[in-house]
Amino acid sequence: MKPVSFKYFAPTTTAEAVEILGRYGADAKVLAGGQSLMPLLNMRLARPAVLVDLNRIAELDYIRSSAGSVAIGAIARQRQLENDPLIAERVPLLKAAARLISHPQLRNRGTIVGSIAHGDPSAELPAAALALNADVTAVGISGTRTLSVDALYLGYMVTALNPEEMLTEVRFPALPAGTGWAIQEMARRHGDFALAGVVALLRLQGTQIAAARVAYFGLGGRACCPVEVEKILVGASPSNELFTQAAARATAVLEAGDDIHASAEYRRAIAGVLTRRTLSEALARAQQGARS
Amino acid sequence: MSTPHPASETLAPEAAPRTITLTVNGKRYAAAAAPCKTLADFLREDIRATGTRVGCEHGVCGACTILLNGSAVRSCLMLAVQADGQEITTIEGLASGNQLHPIQQAFWEEHGLQCGFCTAGIIMSVSELLRRVPRPSEEEIYETLGGHLCRCTGYQQIVHSVQRAAQLVRQS
Repeated sequence: MKPVSFKYFAPTTTAEAVEILGRYGADAKVLAGGQSLMPLLNMRLARPAVLVDLNRIAELDYIRSSAGSVAIGAIARQRQLENDPLIAERVPLLKAAARLISHPQLRNRGTIVGSIAHGDPSAELPAAALALNADVTAVGISGTRTLSVDALYLGYMVTALNPEEMLTEVRFPALPAGTGWAIQEMARRHGDFALAGVVALLRLQGTQIAAARVAYFGLGGRACCPVEVEKILVGASPSNELFTQAAARATAVLEAGDDIHASAEYRRAIAGVLTRRTLSEALARAQQGARS
Repeated sequence: MSTPHPASETLAPEAAPRTITLTVNGKRYAAAAAPCKTLADFLREDIRATGTRVGCEHGVCGACTILLNGSAVRSCLMLAVQADGQEITTIEGLASGNQLHPIQQAFWEEHGLQCGFCTAGIIMSVSELLRRVPRPSEEEIYETLGGHLCRCTGYQQIVHSVQRAAQLVRQS
């Protein structure tokens, strides 16, 4: 199969891209890394009349410091997360998340913002962004706005973006000092879409958990952070028993879908196991006191 | 250099073939490419570099892997027009005349291929790996090879070929 013909634009500035999207609206699709969109085009599952290629917009190729956060532009590649010193220093979770994304050949081309804009429920970066309370910048002809990643995802593959809007940046707050973190996923083969995955963040105060955030991917229609799991953890003393309780709660409350890869029951069970494991791993990091 | 798109007279100008200029294996090419044509198809049909294979057309099998400015990427997931102004390396760019590239030599010595369909893509990925990591660990080799499917070999000979290739590349 080959893509259906389309009008192709390769703007060199964000303003140019926004103008083109404003002209064509829902008839246009944005092309960044193409690792999700090109398969859809090749299989003719998507047949946009217009393609707006962002890869020539040099001003969107960055990973930089932004008031204590890390700001990532729309063209920055997932592979860059693996070696970038700012990421390693401020948001090391993303370095670990990147290693779980597909294979190095796809990470060479796939973009960080693109993964977040696409919002595949099995993807690692949307869940990591959710766990880290990241926010994104959306630009359209009607203006620029900021929204949290949580507000971005409305449901299965549906985002809050208007047809003429594109994401230009995602911002990750630096992990607060002493925060332990972990990300783990279950896939049949390394690099496959996750059947279930968990991101865990823990901050201790003395011997108690002062803050906890646990994000899930691979299960329902979008990445989620069930508050029921966090409620078990916050204010409690970390222990295997506590983590087992949190895992059981996760298995009970999480929504999941059945498909040919795994049943909902299996996904929820794996989510429970990974809850325990990521919390243990995050605890070990928190106890080390280091942010790595 | 390529046949005009049969329906180009009915296509909007933005959808019609456009001339791109790119370097493939050190040689400059100028050719017309329809925007909807993938880089994989362009390399095979317009550059006539048929060493790059098309397997799954959705990025999974790895047979189409080439180097874009030195990085291994899926040419089936790129549009030819995106390669305008870029440097592409395909399997044809490795050997020097009749002299095999050390990676090719290693695959020959260690029987790293049978039908050979997956091989070009694997060798391109390996060339990036060995450039970045001259002494790859087994884990690093597995990470690179994980992006490729081989139906014939069972992968063990491929792993050995990569280990041998690392030696030969260091020696060369």
